[in-house]
Amino acid sequence: MPESSTSARLAVRKTYKLYVGGKFPRSESGRTYLVDGDNVALASRKDARDAVLAARAAQPKWAGATAYNRGQVLYRIAEMVEARRAEFASLGVPAAEVDAAIDRWVWYAGWSDKIAQVAGNANPVAGPFFNISAPEPTGVVGVIAPSSLLGLVSVIAPAVVTGNTVVVVASNPQAAITLAEVLATSDVPGGVVNILTGKAAEIAPWLASHDDVNALDLSGVDDPELATELERAAAGTLKRVLRPTSGVDYTDDPGTAAMTALLEIKTVWHPKGF
Amino acid sequence: MTATATSRLSGLPDSPADLRTFLHGLPGVDKVGIEARAAALGTRSVKTSSKAQAIDLAIRMVDLTTLEGADTPGKVRALSAKALRPDPADPTCPPVAAVCVYPAMVPTAAAVLAGSGVHLASVATAFPSGQAPLEVKLADTRDAVAGGADEIDMVISRGAFLAGDYGKVFDEIVAVKEAAGPAHLKVILETGELGTYDNVRRASWLAMLAGAHFIKTSTGKVDVNATLPVTLVMLEAVRDFRERYGRQVGVKPAGGIRTTKDAIKYLVMINETCGDDWLHPDWFRFGASSLLNDLLMQRTKLTTGHYAGPDYFTLD
Repeated sequence: MPESSTSARLAVRKTYKLYVGGKFPRSESGRTYLVDGDNVALASRKDARDAVLAARAAQPKWAGATAYNRGQVLYRIAEMVEARRAEFASLGVPAAEVDAAIDRWVWYAGWSDKIAQVAGNANPVAGPFFNISAPEPTGVVGVIAPSSLLGLVSVIAPAVVTGNTVVVVASNPQAAITLAEVLATSDVPGGVVNILTGKAAEIAPWLASHDDVNALDLSGVDDPELATELERAAAGTLKRVLRPTSGVDYTDDPGTAAMTALLEIKTVWHPKGF
Repeated sequence: MTATATSRLSGLPDSPADLRTFLHGLPGVDKVGIEARAAALGTRSVKTSSKAQAIDLAIRMVDLTTLEGADTPGKVRALSAKALRPDPADPTCPPVAAVCVYPAMVPTAAAVLAGSGVHLASVATAFPSGQAPLEVKLADTRDAVAGGADEIDMVISRGAFLAGDYGKVFDEIVAVKEAAGPAHLKVILETGELGTYDNVRRASWLAMLAGAHFIKTSTGKVDVNATLPVTLVMLEAVRDFRERYGRQVGVKPAGGIRTTKDAIKYLVMINETCGDDWLHPDWFRFGASSLLNDLLMQRTKLTTGHYAGPDYFTLD
């Protein structure tokens, strides 16, 4: 009796769904595709639209959180990835890459309350003013992510640590959605990171031309024709576009460039001495 | 009962008891049925050129509203300018139906709207509670009309209605209509405070019998505002009223309608309930403020082929 009931148990297979606004919806189109035998939601342009709405709604509060708080949240993400090593390993992510991804979260977590000192300045000016340049987040960032887990973390973390919110088009869906499950359990407010799985060529043009997306990161676009088309579409709304010129090695020291690329400098003239 | 109502229509007084008998003789509303019907009509898919036409029609039906304690003449002027040309970047975008403001702001809005064809509506009669003496309500109404309003949005005394004093509510509407003179009268039922669909149906008929040109769901100042089922009950009421007495009355849902998707659900419901006689700004209005920007964004999406963002439209 126990033996027969054991053998009769059906396996519960996981469907990898989207991550939008802190929830895991299916694609509004109802479409899925198979990746290595797993069912994965195939996002449509309307999922991208919904994700931008969620990202926009979350942005002011995330940017308004203290840098210290954002750093704590990013550190928490590192802790939660640590707890899911086995799951990433089962998806074929090498242990060394998971280590590097965790370290990357910690590295950017540390930058949260330091980037303003590095990217900002108190400027000497000829006049009775305090003149201060302060970096502020660009807003909602569309990200076409590279396929490796480390690459994915290396494009999400520098954007969100400074108060941007992101809509990510992921090309390695299982690892990306597993990371989304980490984010969902790491005190990251819903909507700060939104992850869509599907074809970049289908979704990215809608993000590039979207009036309510402020910047576009093309790190994961391999096809130069698509990249050019996306740059052209982004120009319609004067988006900031990041397009790495050559192959990036994500194991290198990332430096601050990825963070400062998604910051806008606000300069304040404050009268003094009256 | 028919005699009662007919005499009411022609303005002859009747006993409150007759009115009560008539209103309570109306068939009850099937709550489950009306909600299921409204939900089913909300699932229609309206796309491409039909959607473009629906959006333009919805824009033409908007009563662009600002009813805040913090309203200033500057804000009202800006809103009135927006009513005339909702999308400054696109001259083919139609103007809205009307601007709706407090009586104190009517002269300010009138100066901008004069001669434009955009109507000027004013809430009156101690909006939003309606808890004031009749004399105050009438003075409020006369002031608004004198200032240039050609539509008056009055509130009924929900307290009197819920207490069963239909005669008082009826007489108030008649008195306000007289005070409003040539201005069109919209009667706000405040359905969120009426409690049941039966009461919504009774209040609709009561307002129509008393001479309302429009019946309006809500003030926008309570927790529950316009909903699809409530509007469906009211649409059925105006349809049945015209069938019985030959006079057409308009409907205006107000409050809580924020997206194009919502607006299109209402348009579908009108078409399926009353037919296209009501699909016109003279007979159906949306009382809204944030709805207009969403309509403009959807309109821009259709004309430009890419998604629009709120940064490109005015903050109201």
